Amino acid sequence: MFNKKHLALLASAGSLTLASMATAQADTLEDTINNGSVRCGVSDGLPGFSSPDDEGNWQGIDVDVCRAVAAAVLGDAEAVDFISLNAVERFTALQSGEVDVLSRNTTWTTTRDTTLGLNFTGVTFYDGQGFMVARDLGISSADELDGASICIQSGTTTELNLADYFRANDMEFNPIVFDTSEQTVGGYQAGRCDVLTSDTSQLAALRIQLEDPEASMILSDVISKEPLGPVVRQGDDTWFNIVKWSLFAMINAEEYGVTSENAEEMLESEDPNIARLLGQDGNYGEGMNLEADWAYNIISQVGNYAESFDRNVGMGSPLEIERGVNALWNDGGFQYAPPIR
Amino acid sequence: MIHNKDTLPQQPAPKGSIGPIAWLRGNLFNGPINSLFTLLGLYVLYLLVVPTIQWAFIDADWVGTSREDCSRVGACWVFVNARFSQFIYGLYPSEEYWRANIVFAMFAGIIAWMVIPRLPFKRWMTLFALLVFPVIAYVLLHGGYFDLPRVSTHRWGGLMLTLLLATVGMVGALPIGIVLALGRRSTMPIVRTFCVIFIEFWRGVPLITILFMASVMLPLFLPSEMNVDRLIRALIGLTLFQSAYMAEVIRGGLQAIPKGQDEAAAALGMTYWKRMGLIVMPQALKMMIPGIVNTFISLFKDTTLVMIIGLFDLLGIVQAALSDSRWLGFSIEGYVFAAFVFWIFCFSMSRYSQYLERKLNTGHKQ
Repeated sequence: MFNKKHLALLASAGSLTLASMATAQADTLEDTINNGSVRCGVSDGLPGFSSPDDEGNWQGIDVDVCRAVAAAVLGDAEAVDFISLNAVERFTALQSGEVDVLSRNTTWTTTRDTTLGLNFTGVTFYDGQGFMVARDLGISSADELDGASICIQSGTTTELNLADYFRANDMEFNPIVFDTSEQTVGGYQAGRCDVLTSDTSQLAALRIQLEDPEASMILSDVISKEPLGPVVRQGDDTWFNIVKWSLFAMINAEEYGVTSENAEEMLESEDPNIARLLGQDGNYGEGMNLEADWAYNIISQVGNYAESFDRNVGMGSPLEIERGVNALWNDGGFQYAPPIR
Repeated sequence: MIHNKDTLPQQPAPKGSIGPIAWLRGNLFNGPINSLFTLLGLYVLYLLVVPTIQWAFIDADWVGTSREDCSRVGACWVFVNARFSQFIYGLYPSEEYWRANIVFAMFAGIIAWMVIPRLPFKRWMTLFALLVFPVIAYVLLHGGYFDLPRVSTHRWGGLMLTLLLATVGMVGALPIGIVLALGRRSTMPIVRTFCVIFIEFWRGVPLITILFMASVMLPLFLPSEMNVDRLIRALIGLTLFQSAYMAEVIRGGLQAIPKGQDEAAAALGMTYWKRMGLIVMPQALKMMIPGIVNTFISLFKDTTLVMIIGLFDLLGIVQAALSDSRWLGFSIEGYVFAAFVFWIFCFSMSRYSQYLERKLNTGHKQ
């Protein structure tokens, strides 16, 4: 199995010169308005992040980012062309202009942000490598995993992170390596290991494939940083701002308690923060060439960050991922959006 | 001397040498070792078949709408059921399914017309299938004309896309392959060199590489205004790749025709194209049927590789459906369904080729 990340970097770095030429193209906002839809690159299927539902509509937290951008720019959250991309071609698709927003569980790293001619606009989901253990083992923290046998998928950075973590904490472990995530969960199910490790968002998806999901739990410890966020091309700052503030608007809406349901009542709100957010007090979309109701459209059509999280990966979804570090800053998490004013 | 003029009355064969029992004795139980292997084989079959039937039929859940309707003891066909139209049409908007249905029906009609020998006007039908049908299919599927809403190609998928890729690949690869094969046997050095280089290049590169080139690298070389649709890119890559293989299959057939045939035709004063079209090709193509169908079947299965460039063919859409968090963990059902559909198509192609071989058998078989 080849390491997809390396291949992606190789393919993208090789095409860098061409990519930087391709970035100097026309106004993405204008193109999008002319085109009537936002062209959005998503994963070709990742539970909770982007996958087609029974009716063929894309669902997921990554998908909602693109819907939010469409709501802000075009006033219609459904005006999105979703283009499924795999890990290798995702950056090229963005560089070559096949998509205008890449919202595909992409980890924000220095290399990607600085050498590919791309910009990360923010973090939609703070992911990180975690552990799943059987409940009856009575383990509550990763520190107690000394000597454990751990199921792991080969060829991923997960393997490296795990070795680093155990060495740093002076603990022993016995890795049991599988090729695919299905085999990994099969190995855990069959009792070949005590612990299964992967990114926490993946763990949640693996857990519900177990025969008895309730018998296993995901530890709250996270041993690596995997901030996932949307990406745009470098060189079009207006578009960069639009994508960045679309997400910020959703996070701010959660903070101020504006939801898709009460957005209309909130138009009358006395709270100056809400009035500014919903475009009742000044036009804060002006700097992005948007209408004053840009954020109102996002919130009324897509919902705030909490709604999106809950519906796609949180307690309202089969994945049941806790908010954890993805809670708001005033609730013990990292999600923090600059104020609208 | 005793003479018996009458022949003895005919007796039925001894009981032990006819009927199923004799067959069993002759084929399965003739000797202790064979009997042992027969019993062993039956036991292995029993071990394999019984749990499979138990899983796929007896314990299976058939009706419902969500994962809660599945007991998870046996197969959960509810999943395939709920996603069935998606497996067929991909992410094509459901209110536009009728357009795909018309294309499906016309496609099936054309195939049936070609396959059933009694039906007349085969030549006109071929022309219609090659020249008119693609236009109708494009207009219907893609839309944008006659008030049909546009459905961009990244919403095409499922079996529809698999059939589209395979059909275009086959229809495109055969003529290109014939031309390349003839070119490779040509005495004109430039034509021959070009054909050799073309064939060896496309045959020397894995299909995955070609698809990656088409989807990852090509857009970077083209100016940004010129955005070739990714489906078109995949189709071109697939067709050129298959035509190289087809060329070699056809060249093999051409070489099997004795040189005398060509020379005799030349002696009659036939031109190159007449010799090829009337004498060599008809004999060669007949012998190439197994090879050509083999290439078609492998092309049909190779279409699943477009999954890696983000196109949702049948297998791709099954995998995408498996990633829906409400349907996690039904991968076996999804893959079994995809395998079954692929098997039906490949098996039909194989049977038709056998029928065609029998029909065209004009004395080459020993």
